[in-house]
Amino acid sequence: MSSDINERVVEGIDEERERPQRAAGLWRDAIRDLRKRPTVIISLLIILVVLAIGFFPSLFTDVDPKACDISRNKAPAEPGHPFGFSHEGCDYFAQTVYGAGPSVQLSLMVVTGTLIVGGLFGILAGFYGGWVDVLFSRAVDVFNSIPFLLGAILLLTMFRDIQMPFVGARLQAIIPAVITLIIFGWTSTMRLVRASVIEARNLDYVHAARSLGASNARLMFRHILPNAVAPVVSLIPLSIAGMISVEATLSFLGLGVRKPEITWGLMIDDATKWFVNGYPMLLIIPSAFLIATVLAFVLLGDAIRDALDPKLR
Amino acid sequence: MTSTEPVLQVEGLVKHFPIRSGIVFKRTVGQVKAVDGVDITLNRGETLGVVGESGCGKSTLAKLLVGLEKPTSGAIRVRGEDVTRLGRSGMRRLRRNVQMVFQDPYTSLNPRMTVGDIIGEPYRIHPDAVPKSGRRAAVRELIDMVGLNPDHISRYPHQFSGGQRQRIGIARALALKPEILICDEPVSALDVSIQGQVINLLEELQDELGLSYLFIAHDLSVVRHIADRVAVMYLGKVAESGEENQIYEHPMHPYTQALLSAVPVPDPTLRGQRDEIVLEGDVPSPANPPSGCRFRTRCFKARAEWAKTATDEQRKNTPLAEQAPDVCKQQIPVLEIREGGAHPSACHYAQERDVVHAH
Amino acid sequence: MTVELDRQGSHNGYVEGLPGYRDDAPLLEVEDLQVEFHTRDGVARAVNGVDFSLRAGETLAVVGESGSGKSVTAQAIMGILEEPPARVAGGEIRFRGVDLLKLSAERRRRIRANHVAMVFQDALSALNPVWTVGFQLGELFRKHRGMSRKDARRRAVELLDMVRIPAAAQRVDEYPHQFSGGMRQRVMIAMALALDPEVLIADEPTTALDVTVQAQIMRLLSDIQAERHMGLILITHDLGVVADVADDITVMYAGRAVEQANVRDTFASPAHPYTKALLRSIPRLDVKGQRLEVIAGLPPVLTDIPPGCAFAPRCGYAQDVCRTERPPLSTVTAGRSAACHFASEVMTDDVN
Repeated sequence: MSSDINERVVEGIDEERERPQRAAGLWRDAIRDLRKRPTVIISLLIILVVLAIGFFPSLFTDVDPKACDISRNKAPAEPGHPFGFSHEGCDYFAQTVYGAGPSVQLSLMVVTGTLIVGGLFGILAGFYGGWVDVLFSRAVDVFNSIPFLLGAILLLTMFRDIQMPFVGARLQAIIPAVITLIIFGWTSTMRLVRASVIEARNLDYVHAARSLGASNARLMFRHILPNAVAPVVSLIPLSIAGMISVEATLSFLGLGVRKPEITWGLMIDDATKWFVNGYPMLLIIPSAFLIATVLAFVLLGDAIRDALDPKLR
Repeated sequence: MTSTEPVLQVEGLVKHFPIRSGIVFKRTVGQVKAVDGVDITLNRGETLGVVGESGCGKSTLAKLLVGLEKPTSGAIRVRGEDVTRLGRSGMRRLRRNVQMVFQDPYTSLNPRMTVGDIIGEPYRIHPDAVPKSGRRAAVRELIDMVGLNPDHISRYPHQFSGGQRQRIGIARALALKPEILICDEPVSALDVSIQGQVINLLEELQDELGLSYLFIAHDLSVVRHIADRVAVMYLGKVAESGEENQIYEHPMHPYTQALLSAVPVPDPTLRGQRDEIVLEGDVPSPANPPSGCRFRTRCFKARAEWAKTATDEQRKNTPLAEQAPDVCKQQIPVLEIREGGAHPSACHYAQERDVVHAH
Repeated sequence: MTVELDRQGSHNGYVEGLPGYRDDAPLLEVEDLQVEFHTRDGVARAVNGVDFSLRAGETLAVVGESGSGKSVTAQAIMGILEEPPARVAGGEIRFRGVDLLKLSAERRRRIRANHVAMVFQDALSALNPVWTVGFQLGELFRKHRGMSRKDARRRAVELLDMVRIPAAAQRVDEYPHQFSGGMRQRVMIAMALALDPEVLIADEPTTALDVTVQAQIMRLLSDIQAERHMGLILITHDLGVVADVADDITVMYAGRAVEQANVRDTFASPAHPYTKALLRSIPRLDVKGQRLEVIAGLPPVLTDIPPGCAFAPRCGYAQDVCRTERPPLSTVTAGRSAACHFASEVMTDDVN
């Protein structure tokens, strides 16, 4: 109802006449819209800080998180050690800073991977339909029918003892989790892309190009894909948020990144033991960082989705 | 401009869409008979109007003619050459000669491309049509030809009104200099005052370029205005065809008569003066069309003929849709010139009746 | 085929107790209605001063193109504008003398339920797909009339029968998607009429339908209207339909009423250049026309309506005064008004 009214009026407005020339287009309009939202600005700031922490932890602290002194375990904050010490006597601020790295890197790798795999399969299934579609769609059903945690436990246990050559200890710890999460994560991207492609494929302007004799590649990359990208873009922050929390869950369960690496998930796991024993801050600090990061990505994703939908603007 | 030199001939054209069920192994459980044996001819420089209600197959016909759908059977001859038998390169050649104008000016232009890119796209697809260096000039010329400002070449579709967008669509269709334009409801999405602008533009372009139009529409007033000849479709078949004057002034088929009588005329002095035929019920599904004559389930004429011989008991027990003589139920009426008429109609009881004018 | 629905009391009896109510007041009056939409591009004046009145038993056609404000006017009367972005910036909408705009949301809702009903263009989206048609109709009686489930269902069948749906007793248990477009529109009409409104607003009720079905629905609407002596506001862009069924016409352009008169007079000698141009720009079924006359240019941008007469930039009669002074809607001859500085010239000019 309401969008109806808006459209009618907007249509009247759209009747362009000597209206000031303004750069336009879905993306530019979306960005203009995003810039006006305070939640977007705040989320972006948080995300930038987290990314910076994740990739360049040494900029934020010069304390070595692994230089622990067991005698100072669970000591309270003091100058130079704003968050105090962990139960192993490590500087908690440094641990929190270095703990962001694996989470952030892992989630970016997983999201990129699911986008490539899911996006490609989605385009193929949506564009060609028929048996190609049946094949990929059934594959999605198969993967979705496996309970995620069960599958993850299975795969990660299998990977546990494989030593990968030429990769550092950090990546050694991350890569099995990345592969597992991609295997279980590509299906939702694929379904989303497939649905957008099917929708775009039947638009009149695609018919128009087809009736001009346009090749399949042209139809796909010039006409269909740009219009299927919008919903996927808005999904990216949401899936990054999801992956960060999944990584924490896996680490918490002892399946993800393993010690001696530091991640927020591992920190939370360790801290739960001390929560009711007089040291709640040990749990609250990494949890707060995790929640703030996930929330920032979720809010950004929401805002992007709204901004890319002209009806919601 | 009109001649009797046919540029497009359609013979026995059939398009059935299978209805499938099953997820992995699909079985065909039925057919939607969207177009079911259509013969039409389009001559050079003329406009053939195709009218009918939703589900009559007129849009599928358009898609078949521009090669967006493959016919189940039948022939489509462009300048004598059957295009249904063409290979890839032949189809490319055909596409240059038969182009389409779409109904919805809002969905038929890619929102992410500039006007210049949209109108210039045919040249990218057919690079031999215009050399690269001349393309921009060609696009500007097309924009000018359809009455838009060539300086707006780098604007996006959403910066234009519906009527202006439809002009952009027309320019794109004309880029490859086709002889035949298939116009699928080109003005029905536009406001009344804008419709006239687009219709006039199409008429001017026809005179200038010698184009032949297949003009598909549900608005019979618009079709009368623009068409030289008219074909009336009902459930995948042509019910009646002829010169515009014959169809509008001397309709023979009961469906044409009902259709024409249902169109309101913008003249309050004619209120209640015109012959009014209100049909019962809705159009049957093209997946399961009635036997014999497809119009018989809604036909007032069939009902009247049936009533002549029906017993009281039959009258009471026969559902409305089944009240038709046996000939209508059993024999598919052929599209041919019938007694008392000068143009072909597909009705066993064809009879002229003036429904357009006041009595 | 018609079913007399027993009326409760003298009428539905809600409006009588409200401030301003007068038994002899006109059924519905709209006075200087202003509706704005707050958009990113500024304030769009969708309705910019509309006046009309509707008597019982009368059919008033409100005609205009998209963006003319005709649908927004209807939504303002119904009180179903989405606010924000919309805002009623001024004017009065009086139902039997009661100014609806001054009522609380709850009172507004009860007026909407009992006195003023609306039929929309898109019947499929206006019906709830998960309930049967009978349940949705019956719900009105259960909620507003306190009927039992059984009685409500019986009334639902009667209503479907009244809108000439064959085999109503069986179809009452079907879902909206099982009805064809024309039948759905009948169901919508049945729902609108369920609580016996005195005013029915039909917003492009037949635009989405095929020609033959359109004729059925228009006939149904005008029969029911005559039978119940209802006031009908028909919002449409189709001048053919107007000529066929309406008594009076209000032509809207850029959010304003530019001409008001009896349908016959307007079609015979339009008093506003826009009406005149509109009538000349439509092809007719009964004559093989020559070139269509067109209205050059486009309607104004609603965020930036030019001073003076909004139609002036497209008008053949326009003089300097038109570009500076906004012509008020004023009487031209008895019972006719137009918002044009040169209305009498336009009217006496040879139309054809």
